[in-house]
Amino acid sequence: VNELTHRPEPGPPGAGGAAEPTIKVAALREGTVIDHLPAGTALKVLSVLGIKFEGAVTIGLNLDSAKLGRKDIIKIERREVTPQEVAKIALISPRSSFSIIRDFQVARKFTPTLPDTIENLIKCPNPSCISNSTWALTKFNVLRTDPLRVRCYYCERSLKKEEIELL
Amino acid sequence: VTTLRPSLSGRDLVSMRDISREDLLAILDEAVEFEDYERPILRGKVLGSLFFEPSTRTNLSFTSAMQRLGGSTLGFADAKVSSTAKGESLVDTIRVVENYCDIVLIRHPLEGAARLAAESTAKPVINAGDGTNQHPTQTLLDLYTIRQRRGRLDNLKIAFIGDLKYSRTVHSLIETLTHFDNELFLVSPQSLRLPREFLEELDARGTVYSEDENFFSIAPDVDILYTTRIQQERFPDPVEYEKVKNAYRIDRAAIERIGGNVTVMHPLPRLNEIARDLDDYPGSAYFDQARNGVTVRKAVLSLLLGVGRE
Repeated sequence: VNELTHRPEPGPPGAGGAAEPTIKVAALREGTVIDHLPAGTALKVLSVLGIKFEGAVTIGLNLDSAKLGRKDIIKIERREVTPQEVAKIALISPRSSFSIIRDFQVARKFTPTLPDTIENLIKCPNPSCISNSTWALTKFNVLRTDPLRVRCYYCERSLKKEEIELL
Repeated sequence: VTTLRPSLSGRDLVSMRDISREDLLAILDEAVEFEDYERPILRGKVLGSLFFEPSTRTNLSFTSAMQRLGGSTLGFADAKVSSTAKGESLVDTIRVVENYCDIVLIRHPLEGAARLAAESTAKPVINAGDGTNQHPTQTLLDLYTIRQRRGRLDNLKIAFIGDLKYSRTVHSLIETLTHFDNELFLVSPQSLRLPREFLEELDARGTVYSEDENFFSIAPDVDILYTTRIQQERFPDPVEYEKVKNAYRIDRAAIERIGGNVTVMHPLPRLNEIARDLDDYPGSAYFDQARNGVTVRKAVLSLLLGVGRE
């Protein structure tokens, strides 16, 4: 949803005051909104996206969320995320939601899905894995998504989410 | 010519994880037919045997299998690991050698090397060991031996003894056994327990197992004792090694104490894990495993090359 203002989502009963504050955020004409990021992950997601932005980037940290308790949100002007970036972000935050905005309208809204195989996104932590020598690509098969578990296509070592290191 | 399973012809044998229960049983059934079978069905076929690290027995076993079926072998038995361990030269080596042979056999110190080799050529690739990862024909010959001795692959009590942490052979066999319904006894020193990843796999598959440090915790009606070598280099403290070294040594007296009619297996080479006085014990199957290695490899070569028995 392309909100003109960000209103905190209704909290648990009894929470919040009578006069709920609103945060003024400029509406996007074109760009991407990444919502429902677990609190504390927005900066990591930004680092995945790199630092070259043409337009304004608005970041909300530690906002109230009915779904997550606390969440982060990122609005990026004049930039649509690529499928490769979506896959990377899915590794950090599998339940985030993406809205692609065109001409103030939500053109597409989706939650990231991890492909069955992930190529060239994860570094294999096994120093004896052939993928860490020159030439070989890195490739991981997704065994489970929740909790995330991936297996190196080459050395067959399996990794938990917290063991994953992005390239 | 017998009917071959088309699903295996032209395929690679890189990891037991690629082999379904159905394919596994098909390979073992085919291997039965290759006992003492020596007709030259692979005449004109060449096995390219690339041993980037030495493994005399695996190399000899594959060479024997190929030659007994009339085929021939070329390649190298050792390579200076320092100059060939890089992925780049491995891919180039495979792309050169594929022109010289019909099927490629690779042993390499780096994990995933056989997978990379298989991606680099359309010819079938057999993994003869990639670091600590996989050695699928070892697992197949172990399963073949179990079925030969016990007549089945399920409803067995199977004990694994010794180094369960680092043994590639044990990991692959335990994981492949999850295709079947068995009860496992995992006996090892605390520091050499089966890694958590494999225990989780057993839990997920509903395999019944128990872990213990004491050899005599094994049920008296156990069917298989699969023993492994405990390597001294796994112990930073030599005193610790001395303590466990003999705790898992199996001899005739130990076998009599657990009683029953047990099959004793070991991937070899052994140091002192199995006493010599067990060599003429009827349940000892470790030299059968070496023999079965050739039989199973004959079947694998025939199936992957798509050349059936006459």
